[in-house]
Amino acid sequence: MKRGAGIVMPVVASLVVFVLGWQLVVVVTGYPPFILPGPYTVLERFATAWADGTMWPHTQTTLVEVLLGFAIGATIGLVTGIGLARSHLAERLLSPYLVAAQATPVLVLAPLIVLWFGSGLASKLVICTLIVFFPVAVATMVGIRSVDPRLLEMASSFRATNWQTITRVEVPAALPAILGGLRVGITLAVIGAIVGEWAGGESGLGVLINIARGSLFDIPLMFAALLTLALVGVALYLVMVLVERRLVGER
Amino acid sequence: MATQEGPATGAPPPALTHVPVPPAGISVDGVSLTFRGARTTHVLDGIDLAIRPREVVALIGPNGCGKSTLLRVLGGLIPADEGAVTIDGEPVTGPDPRVGLVFQEPRLLAWRSAEDNVCFPLELAGWSKTRQAARAEDLLGLVGLREFAGARPTTLSGGTRQRVSIARALALEPSLLLLDEPFSALDALTRERFNVELLRLWDRTGTTIVLVTHSIPEAVFLADRVVVLSPRPGRVVADIPVELPRPRRVADLDSAFVSHVAAEVRTHLVDTTDDSIAMEEARLAGEAGTALAARTRHAETAPGTPAWFDPFRPEDEV
Repeated sequence: MKRGAGIVMPVVASLVVFVLGWQLVVVVTGYPPFILPGPYTVLERFATAWADGTMWPHTQTTLVEVLLGFAIGATIGLVTGIGLARSHLAERLLSPYLVAAQATPVLVLAPLIVLWFGSGLASKLVICTLIVFFPVAVATMVGIRSVDPRLLEMASSFRATNWQTITRVEVPAALPAILGGLRVGITLAVIGAIVGEWAGGESGLGVLINIARGSLFDIPLMFAALLTLALVGVALYLVMVLVERRLVGER
Repeated sequence: MATQEGPATGAPPPALTHVPVPPAGISVDGVSLTFRGARTTHVLDGIDLAIRPREVVALIGPNGCGKSTLLRVLGGLIPADEGAVTIDGEPVTGPDPRVGLVFQEPRLLAWRSAEDNVCFPLELAGWSKTRQAARAEDLLGLVGLREFAGARPTTLSGGTRQRVSIARALALEPSLLLLDEPFSALDALTRERFNVELLRLWDRTGTTIVLVTHSIPEAVFLADRVVVLSPRPGRVVADIPVELPRPRRVADLDSAFVSHVAAEVRTHLVDTTDDSIAMEEARLAGEAGTALAARTRHAETAPGTPAWFDPFRPEDEV
């Protein structure tokens, strides 16, 4: 467990430094809590918001949006990436649209999407899918393009069908690259969900942040929601890293 | 995309150690091949060969003379422009189940254990899990690697990996085993040992063997016949029988007879390895050899350098 302690200690130390620095800024500048609440105030609000059931419904909404949106976007991205890797025609036909979709900030598309798909789950899923799709598709395409052609020749010498080549050679060989794309995708999914909620939504951490800042003017609650959001993002990222380590760590 | 898996319940060939596979007679009739790409390369020119069942034939020739390409034509990976290859009277029209291929590099799947690598062709052919496991155990036993069944390729030595790849090539009981410079990456001593082992495998499996090699002693030691090819376009320059009794031993390599045959092979090779020719062939060597499909797909995308959405990329030349 020596190694575990070696990893945990710096994390704890940097956290302590961060919190102390935060407190220091609050003390030195003397900002009131409605501008910059101190760490203790935020933690207290965080605890009460979880205890009185304010936080959970919003967290749940956002989690569902993120996970579903990520799943849909990653699946479409994976399939598209495979298609792009295997067909130059597909790449040539689709690439202008893919680049255009990626180059347009999702922030400006969000209000439109909410207008078309309503302020419920659907619009959030569309936004998450859009934003997750691109890194996954690119990573998959690049990964499959760089599979050693000698392995493909080997597979064809054993009469592998197209489908067998994809599932048994290309995707496993490209897995490290694909997982890299998924790791980027999961953090983008969180951004997508929040952007969607800001553009219009009834529930979710993004909505809660808006309410706390606007109608409630409860800045500590806003910070508590922010903290929850950060924790959700970090947790999802860590899960991805664990999955990655399990799948390709042994190579 | 096509989603047809192999037939799930095809009639399985019987276990190889019990029932001998009917050996293959191979005939190569006037095989010619030209690669047309950015630059047209005439690779093979009217190759004629008749190979008896259970014969071991070594192909030898200067760099880039098309030996490896000829091997791929035999295995059905590259179609010939002219001429035909037939095994037991049946023409080879594509990657052929009667042929097992061993490449210069082991080409194992890094994410699979040795056993799962051996199972790869069985899996593609739709064998059941239990039959795969039984067959893999036989095969790993045959190449002396039973205790390495669970090992990942990265933990195995180069020679051991090549043994796994030989076991994999033998998985579907091919009647023709093709080897493309299989031991060229091994050191000289290991190589001698592997040659003896290959002959032992040949003895036990009863396949016909065609191998490409750069080593004259290796060719003479292994083969019943050494076929010498000319520089590109490859033609058969000499077909030299090796009447050395079997089973052969490493010590045979020192015998006067072997040196005599080796010297004969060398005289034919000397004519073909003029320095300027050799250099030209080495320059061209990179183009041939890999399967056409793989070549065109990866022609403009070298591993690790993605050509992604680049409007300024030159158009495909193929």
